[in-house]
Amino acid sequence: MARLTLKVNGKRRIVDVSEDTPLLWVLREHLDLTGTKYACGIGQCGACTVHINGEPMRSCALPVSVVEGANIVTIEGLSREGDHPVQEAWKETDVPQCGFCQAGQIMTAASLLRKNPNPTDADIDTAMAGNICRCGTYNRIREAIHLAAKKSRS
Amino acid sequence: MEHQLASFDRRSFLKVSALAGGGMLIGIQWMAGHARAFDPAFLEGAAFNAYIKITPDGKITIQSPNPEIGQGVKTSMPMIVAEELDADWAHVVVEQAPLDTEAYTRQVAGGSGSIRASWKPLRTAGAAARMMLIAAAAEKWQVAPETCVTGASMVKHPATNRQATYGELASLAATKTPPADPPLKKPSEFRLLGKRIANVDNHAIVTGENLFGQDLKREGMAVAVVARPPAFGLKLVSVDDSKTKSMPGVQQVVRFGNKVAVLANTTWEAKKGRDALQLQWAPEGELESTDQHDSALRALLDKAAETPRRKDGNTEPAFAQASKTVEAVYECPFLPHNAMEPLNFFADVRPDGVLMVGPTQTPESARTQIAKLLQIDQKKIRVEMTRQGGGFGRRLNTDYAVEAAEISHLAKKPVKVVWLREDDMGGGIYRPACKYRFRAALDAQGNLTAYHLRGSGINVGNPTRENNFPAGALPNLLVEGHNLESKVTTGPWRAPVHNFLGFAEQSFLDEVALAAGKDPVAFRLGLLDQAKQQPVGRQEYQADRLMGVIRLAAEKANWGQAPSGVFQGFSAYFSFSTYVAQVVEVVVTNNKPKIQRVVCAVDCGILINRSGAENQVAGAIIDGLGHAMFSQLTIKDGAPEQTNFDRYRMIRMAEAPPVEVHFVESEEAPTGLGEPALPPLAAAFANAVYRATGKRLRNQPFVQPGEPGLLG
Repeated sequence: MARLTLKVNGKRRIVDVSEDTPLLWVLREHLDLTGTKYACGIGQCGACTVHINGEPMRSCALPVSVVEGANIVTIEGLSREGDHPVQEAWKETDVPQCGFCQAGQIMTAASLLRKNPNPTDADIDTAMAGNICRCGTYNRIREAIHLAAKKSRS
Repeated sequence: MEHQLASFDRRSFLKVSALAGGGMLIGIQWMAGHARAFDPAFLEGAAFNAYIKITPDGKITIQSPNPEIGQGVKTSMPMIVAEELDADWAHVVVEQAPLDTEAYTRQVAGGSGSIRASWKPLRTAGAAARMMLIAAAAEKWQVAPETCVTGASMVKHPATNRQATYGELASLAATKTPPADPPLKKPSEFRLLGKRIANVDNHAIVTGENLFGQDLKREGMAVAVVARPPAFGLKLVSVDDSKTKSMPGVQQVVRFGNKVAVLANTTWEAKKGRDALQLQWAPEGELESTDQHDSALRALLDKAAETPRRKDGNTEPAFAQASKTVEAVYECPFLPHNAMEPLNFFADVRPDGVLMVGPTQTPESARTQIAKLLQIDQKKIRVEMTRQGGGFGRRLNTDYAVEAAEISHLAKKPVKVVWLREDDMGGGIYRPACKYRFRAALDAQGNLTAYHLRGSGINVGNPTRENNFPAGALPNLLVEGHNLESKVTTGPWRAPVHNFLGFAEQSFLDEVALAAGKDPVAFRLGLLDQAKQQPVGRQEYQADRLMGVIRLAAEKANWGQAPSGVFQGFSAYFSFSTYVAQVVEVVVTNNKPKIQRVVCAVDCGILINRSGAENQVAGAIIDGLGHAMFSQLTIKDGAPEQTNFDRYRMIRMAEAPPVEVHFVESEEAPTGLGEPALPPLAAAFANAVYRATGKRLRNQPFVQPGEPGLLG
């Protein structure tokens, strides 16, 4: 077990965990940030996507020890009031069905838009390739990303 | 507190009470077949769950009784109440009801039946509440109720220009007797139904609020990860848990039946503990493999069934006299459900009662099974439903809830059982692998004179749907089915049986139409005209409605007029009381077919929520395409060969085609949409691919790993 200091959503958090624990489980079970989801555990589906120093990363495949000191942002910290342009666009486009994968989709999309404020369909397909939605909401996700891009520009 | 009872359609009841802090509460019960339904004493004592609660601040709370698995009923069911109530949707708050069989029948999410079963009771409840609010206003203003109108959560008296909000009237309305047979709106009067209403949980979802079973945490709770047999047909012979017990965070190891649960402080510790167990397994009998299944299923296709599922006329003389016959075999593999939220359930079994919380499509069945296992009274078991990260049929089975209860019972503590993806995908209850052989006879004019379907499937029961079109449309028809027993467990998977049968039938009909030298749309319409004019035997579909969607899809897609280089495929299918027709347009670049557009026509009766409905249809199309293209689960020596998304391919964003959805304008009662758009899709695609390339796709998945071929 190790005592680690993490920086999550702008706050310092101290956890006692074994160093190989994936960041995902530390967020979910030690810090009660359950918006980040477990769905595959091997970095294949994107449900656990968080931002590490601004980059979208799969928290299920990241041992917590390697992100000590890094700036970690989860869906709960993406915006103060749940009003990030991507979140607003998701609501307006009525994207979710079951909703389980959507936090991961939103985190990946938010990161894409920060780097590429005006993505094409092809840019979106590439950026979102690591996120699975079994309900098949992909078309609305694409539409919502375009809407979020528009919202951010105006 | 006053209680008022009213009954309508002789099986359903409303109960109205005043709320302690002001306002009204309307409970509704529909109790088809309940022996004590007419016993007033029973009704007085029944614990009604509020369906509609109106408080003086104007807030209208509507409980949605059915499990939400992503099919949208938590939004659409309350919309039906709000429509008849004439509530302003902005004032409505939706809550998920816990399991309460005394208040709700059919708390099941399956068979696309939630809306179908509750349409009338939900409307009646809303309409009765509205009448009571009018009665309250009429009394207050000393005017005739007929002179009052409602709208946007208000009663108005136009003649004297007075108005009052539902919140202001609710306490007085609670003293009124609910009408037994309140007038319902005509579809032309709907203000809310048919509109686009966003999912009521959207904000909670996009901000990552704690909603799902996986997110649940309770005081003193352990997390359990379970070792289950790694192959179908293995028995646990010995357990060495010495290493596991010394690991950090591990609380307890519980062996039960053929499984071992490791309880720990956290999921990661439980998983590590589970993985450190030294377990010995021994086969009980032969271990099965997909190769053997395939041979056995094919052998069954050569064997006549003892009793046909359906026999109209006599097919063999028609085949003997045919000027042309068409024959083809279609095959599909096992599929796991792969809801994005892997299975989980919380159980707290105590001597004085049991609390179960988690994602389930059938809370009532879970309770029955748990009562049986623990040998306790059902009344001591409370089942609460969480939001569910998809269901697709897997959560109709209660095995994982019962297992959680058993672990909590043995460990004597509250426990959340978490299935890892490998446990979920490897744990069985798959879509049955099936094979179908079709034969069709055509006369010299290209008329279909006989149709023969023989199907076989693994633990499928009936692999056919014998009353499917073209049954009813031709004189000679024979449908037979074989079930192959296996150790591999199977169960319902989104649109059970239809999910592959729809593909196979609609692809085969395309083959037949081409052999007959007919346009596939005209060919289907011709058969349906016969089904209408001279129906043969039992007919479950309405020929007119099926023709309606076929014509609408053909019109919207400009069927037969695609520009050069664009190839169209057609498919139309009736399932779960809903009619769907689809056109897929394919272009070929670099020898690979790519879908340019999917056009879909749907007749689901009255449309409840346009946004939710379009989302369901587009999602089912993308889901259907993905599984047909990429997905399969194979078995080797009893063990599933794909247990995570590295070896099991799911459709991803770049592969999702644009989808256009068109609904038939209808005044028929609404039917469900969780499943019906899935079964026909793969056929529309395969039929387009045939036109584009001359290659007929009959076996799923179309893309085999390592063999990209035409589609890779």
